[in-house]
Amino acid sequence: MFQMTNLTETTLENGLTVFLKEIHTAPLISHWIWYRVGSRDEVPGKTGVSHWVEHMLFKGTPRFPSTDLDKMISRVGGSWNAYTYLDWTAFFEKLPADQIDLALDLESDRMQHCTFDPEEVESERTVIISEREGHENSPYFRLDEAMQQQSFDRHPYRNEVIGEKADLHTLTRDDLYNHYRTYYTPGNAVLAIAGDFDTQTMLAKIEKYYAKLPSGPQPPRPAQLEAPLTQERRVEVTGPEDTILLSLSYRAPDANQPDFFTLTILDSLLSGPSSLNMFGGGSISNKTSRLYRALVEQGLAVAASGGMRATTHPFLYDLNLVLPPGSDPEPALQAVDEQIQRLQNERVSQDDIQRALKQARALFAYGSENISNQGFWMGYANMFGKYDWFLNYVSELEKVTPEMILQAAQTWLNPARRVVGIYLPENGTGAA
Amino acid sequence: MTINIHSLPGPENIIRRQLDNGITVLIRTNPDSPSIYLNGFYNGGSIFDPAGQLGLADFTALALMRGSQQHNFQELYDLLETAGASLSFDAAVHNARFAGRALAEDLPLLLNLLAECLIQPAFPPEQLEILRAQLFTGLTMRNQDTGSMAALRFEELLYGSHPYSRPVEGHLETLPHIQRDDLIDFHQKYYGPRGMTIVIVGSIDPEAAFALVQQALGSWHNPAQIDMLEAATLPAFPAQTIRQHVELPGKSQCDLIIGWFGPMRNSPDYLPLSVGNNILGQFGMMGRIGSSVREKAGLAYYASTSLGASLMGGSWLVAAGVNPTNLERAIDLILVELERFTKETVSDEELNDSKANFTGRLPMAFESNAGVASGLWNIERYQLGLDYYQLYPQRIAAINAEQILETTRRYLDPQRLVIVDAGTNAGGMA
Repeated sequence: MFQMTNLTETTLENGLTVFLKEIHTAPLISHWIWYRVGSRDEVPGKTGVSHWVEHMLFKGTPRFPSTDLDKMISRVGGSWNAYTYLDWTAFFEKLPADQIDLALDLESDRMQHCTFDPEEVESERTVIISEREGHENSPYFRLDEAMQQQSFDRHPYRNEVIGEKADLHTLTRDDLYNHYRTYYTPGNAVLAIAGDFDTQTMLAKIEKYYAKLPSGPQPPRPAQLEAPLTQERRVEVTGPEDTILLSLSYRAPDANQPDFFTLTILDSLLSGPSSLNMFGGGSISNKTSRLYRALVEQGLAVAASGGMRATTHPFLYDLNLVLPPGSDPEPALQAVDEQIQRLQNERVSQDDIQRALKQARALFAYGSENISNQGFWMGYANMFGKYDWFLNYVSELEKVTPEMILQAAQTWLNPARRVVGIYLPENGTGAA
Repeated sequence: MTINIHSLPGPENIIRRQLDNGITVLIRTNPDSPSIYLNGFYNGGSIFDPAGQLGLADFTALALMRGSQQHNFQELYDLLETAGASLSFDAAVHNARFAGRALAEDLPLLLNLLAECLIQPAFPPEQLEILRAQLFTGLTMRNQDTGSMAALRFEELLYGSHPYSRPVEGHLETLPHIQRDDLIDFHQKYYGPRGMTIVIVGSIDPEAAFALVQQALGSWHNPAQIDMLEAATLPAFPAQTIRQHVELPGKSQCDLIIGWFGPMRNSPDYLPLSVGNNILGQFGMMGRIGSSVREKAGLAYYASTSLGASLMGGSWLVAAGVNPTNLERAIDLILVELERFTKETVSDEELNDSKANFTGRLPMAFESNAGVASGLWNIERYQLGLDYYQLYPQRIAAINAEQILETTRRYLDPQRLVIVDAGTNAGGMA
């Protein structure tokens, strides 16, 4: 067992990794259970299965039927939810500290005992299709989906987490149940609990609820790494709106490559600082970023943003611009390219790096104020690396030099490795 | 489950003082946090917008940080972003607002920037045009968004000629009529210290923070400041249900709103209605409405209720996103629940569950500095009393089922609703 100040890490005999962090600033506990399963683990024809399985866990078990589940959490003033992403699925409860047994009991039970009742599978099918149709209303989603599919030819990262609509119509109860039984095992999970508890007492509770679960075999990982693009691709999506969007997606390093941190600093200069926090923690504006100055201040765009996600396999570094209705995307693209070439040709100053570091430290401080974020990070960091990734995040950023940024810009922001996506009104460039 | 009442915001841990110029300051220390969060409100809401210039108050608030007499746009944001801090303004109906965050050491910087933008904005013409382009694009996107358009039409139909019917952000048609001189004029007429509140939460010594506010904002005076208009009463509610459809082409899903009037925030009706609203469309997986529309019928990803309450009244509504082919079925299911909610008292189990939920979640709301600041804002904005959150558990405990039914019946009549959907050929009446 590893222990430092208020942090404990241990592994149960069945393979469940446990992280505990005592925080006594508020009388609450944040309980997280993370599974290494997401859209990365899906095969063609079965896209969306991970997300749908997540939904089915809210349909309950024989001990915790769906009619009682929500009420049990709400009755004590708790909140809960779940998220499915590229590499992981996570379930969380935030509860008053004296009610934590509810989360431990419930999550350990539904790790393996969900029923997947066929009638409930069918009623959830239409709920998920409705969720997808809500997304489809948005131009951002439609462009994003088209770009992701162009960014990879085979890797499952090409699919939206919610899945293709055709697959949502044909996935069966058995598809869902098999996926659940394959990936929802203690050896494939990380339990992360932060908040107002005593570590020894909590360890005993975890033993009581989770240790009895059988470990299960190692789950399959069908995804094969895919080489970066060698030629720029363009995708154009049209819709009924007057909205014009311009996005660029570059193949990015995975979270464990040193260049991930270099690109984090680079992005802070190019499109503004961004935070990986999930629960609040605030944001810092990007009005002094290079893209804002070169595009928004010049009237070529009305908003610019960018960012990268921490993933197990190389995913994407995105730049996203909203253009004024009626405008031509080409001059905006040219202006973005000029800024990228500047990063590829000129070293940034040490002052610029120091500034990005202060922003990263501030975002870190804002995020750590929230107990749920502390629980989030213990699990999240383990989905693509180790908890050390989080602990060393700022010190890794501090190692970045102007030379590293220059090299990273030349390597990762090579136009041949990108997809350029444009969203346009169906009737041309819009009626401004 | 027991709550330590004194861990909640209350008279013994909130410092509330007034500056000589009328600004109210509320401070709560949180020594566990390395940062501070501040927010506040002041005179200058969209209620003052002239009819042909809807969006003026919001434009003015958003333009404050486009440059001050001391710093141009880039200098302002360079100071803020270099410190990893944030600060922003916008307008609501009754007031304009601000919010900011910084590491504790940068509180003086944040307060100084707040003061100079608020008191001495420069409204630089070239920056106003950049902002105008941003607002224009935002309004264009709003006009093609199903959720926004359903809400917009709903408020127009519900509130009629009342100021609550008008969107704070204005319209594409009103934006071109707002010029720099209008912003200057709006700022001179309505901006001032009277009626302003600033809330600060974080790792700060209250006395030092108060002195910093005094230093930054204590000398602000505007003898010409025009205060808020007299409370306008809400119009008579429609004699029968009004139904409208907003057609937006090419949408997969339509957004549905079914609503009616809500209470004033400081009305004694507010808490019984809140508990009722929780039972109707929030508790667990979106209450009775969620259970019927999502869990049993599988018609929608979301179907829930919300109770909005402000100074002059509010709205109580059901919102759902459904496929156009399921629209009528979803409406029917919702109407059944509304009918039942005005006919029968809620069950003891439902009542006790929701009351426990309200009490249990109270400490959770104050987990972060921003959460505490939001609570302090409510206390001051709606004059709820510094002991509001400490008394809250006992007030919730006193609510009974008959009271919820009686109060609901005074607000909700299932024969007199406003029903709006926005989407593609959703089958509603145009």
